Amino acid sequence: MTLKNKVAIVGADETDEIGFVPNMTPIMMHAQAARNALRDAGIAKSEVDGVFTCGVGPMASTQLCEYLGIIPKYTDSTQIGGSSFVVHVEHAAAAIAAGICNVALITHGETGASGRLRRGPRGMGGMFDASMPSAQFEMPFGVGGPPGVYSMCAMRHMHQYGTTSEHLAEIAVATRKWAQLNPRAFMRDPLTIDDVLSSRYVAYPFHIYDCCLVTDAGGAIVVVGADRAREMKKKPVWVLGSGEASTHQSILGMPDITQTPARYSGKAAFEMAGVTHKDIDVVEVYDSFTYTALVTLEELGFCEKGEGGPFVSGQRTAPGGDFPMNTNGGGLSYTHPGMYGMFILIEAVRQLRGECGERQVKDAKLALVNGTGGMLSATGTLILGTD
Amino acid sequence: MTTEMQKPIPYPSPETQPFWDGCKRHELTLPYCTKCDAFFFYPRQFCPTCFSWDIEWRQCSGKGTLHTFAIQYRPQMPGFTPPYITAVVQLDEGPRMMTNLVGIEPMPENVYCDMRVEVQWEDVNDEITLPLFKPAAS
Ligand SMILES: [Zn+2]
Repeated sequence: MTLKNKVAIVGADETDEIGFVPNMTPIMMHAQAARNALRDAGIAKSEVDGVFTCGVGPMASTQLCEYLGIIPKYTDSTQIGGSSFVVHVEHAAAAIAAGICNVALITHGETGASGRLRRGPRGMGGMFDASMPSAQFEMPFGVGGPPGVYSMCAMRHMHQYGTTSEHLAEIAVATRKWAQLNPRAFMRDPLTIDDVLSSRYVAYPFHIYDCCLVTDAGGAIVVVGADRAREMKKKPVWVLGSGEASTHQSILGMPDITQTPARYSGKAAFEMAGVTHKDIDVVEVYDSFTYTALVTLEELGFCEKGEGGPFVSGQRTAPGGDFPMNTNGGGLSYTHPGMYGMFILIEAVRQLRGECGERQVKDAKLALVNGTGGMLSATGTLILGTD
Repeated sequence: MTTEMQKPIPYPSPETQPFWDGCKRHELTLPYCTKCDAFFFYPRQFCPTCFSWDIEWRQCSGKGTLHTFAIQYRPQMPGFTPPYITAVVQLDEGPRMMTNLVGIEPMPENVYCDMRVEVQWEDVNDEITLPLFKPAAS
């Protein structure tokens, strides 16, 4: 049995506002995004019988079901950072294909920007149990947040493969060009490679423009089975291939610091979909940092290992380039509330439906989505397509 | 009132206590799998490769190479004053461990991957000594 063509994404939308939204809490964003995605699908909330979410407490799906007034047949609170919502699609596909639920709702909402102003615990608070390995063997050395860790991974890649700061800057600049075509993008000012290289370091080798934004945003996705999908008013976006993998939690557990689990999740997704890299029209990969996108392209097999730098050179991933990537402006310039995976999914759906206006990739029929969570720890890959 | 932010201090757990006891003696003592004939890190009661629970504690040389690093210009944890160098050291005995590279100006032109390093002990309090690393004396 395969999940290929068993389900389709039939609803996808974001909160009304994204960016800096101090009048909303995370769970408010989940609900508003859910309303908008269900409206996009033309499906009533009362039909939702599967709920997939994380980021609203330790029992996220239960919390959200209570809040939305849903008595689910199937829930899943899988929390693997920014890749969560991408793997939720695969989990939803499995649940629907097995007949356990019919209408799956996947929700996200975070206030990475304005949440700092709020009282009480915030962010990843509570994840740091003092007895956990990271509390003993990383935090005492001033290692904690993603910039501090991804920078070390990038450094080894640069040493081993000759990747340069210019290569990383190519991605920041190309992604900004996409953002300039997207009125909802947070950062739309022109950006040059020199701007990136002359900006201050956050964590050498990362300049500030190598790092994603910190914003408020929510999003939601609705997934249904094949028969139901064909009745929808909008073009169904079929799940043709999927895969997920994790290789470690913290950098100390990385089998190879220059690799990511996308080599496994990507391979699984390509095998299920039965397509090749050349067939993909548009690529949406998590760009928590420029390096994340670069190494992910290698791990997914779009180029040889270590060739990510040359591969993205010459603004190849920018509008007009032959490898359109992160077409909403990415986590680098569009929005990045903390766990960004929901937004690469939504953008892939919009591209495949032809809803992207100025930034529309012409005749986009096949999209690849790759979410990355944690410290390059976990990935989910989806290959999505339209008829 | 201002409170001095303290660096996070590790709380040893039952399976890691021998490592931290070693640090206190200024000895880099790591778990060793007698089936794999190999060190591993971080400490567990079992070998993460073969799942053998026959573990010994053996002393390492405290020498290795700088596998990778970054210069942190923003404190990633309380109590750290940037810029500081976070480092993954590859011990000559095999395992990699997180540390800080000290004894060198934290400037991009000074530090490079695979440079030789050696342990430098930092006594934090009566219970805890941290294994930091410095460029090896040539
Ligand atoms: Zn073993």
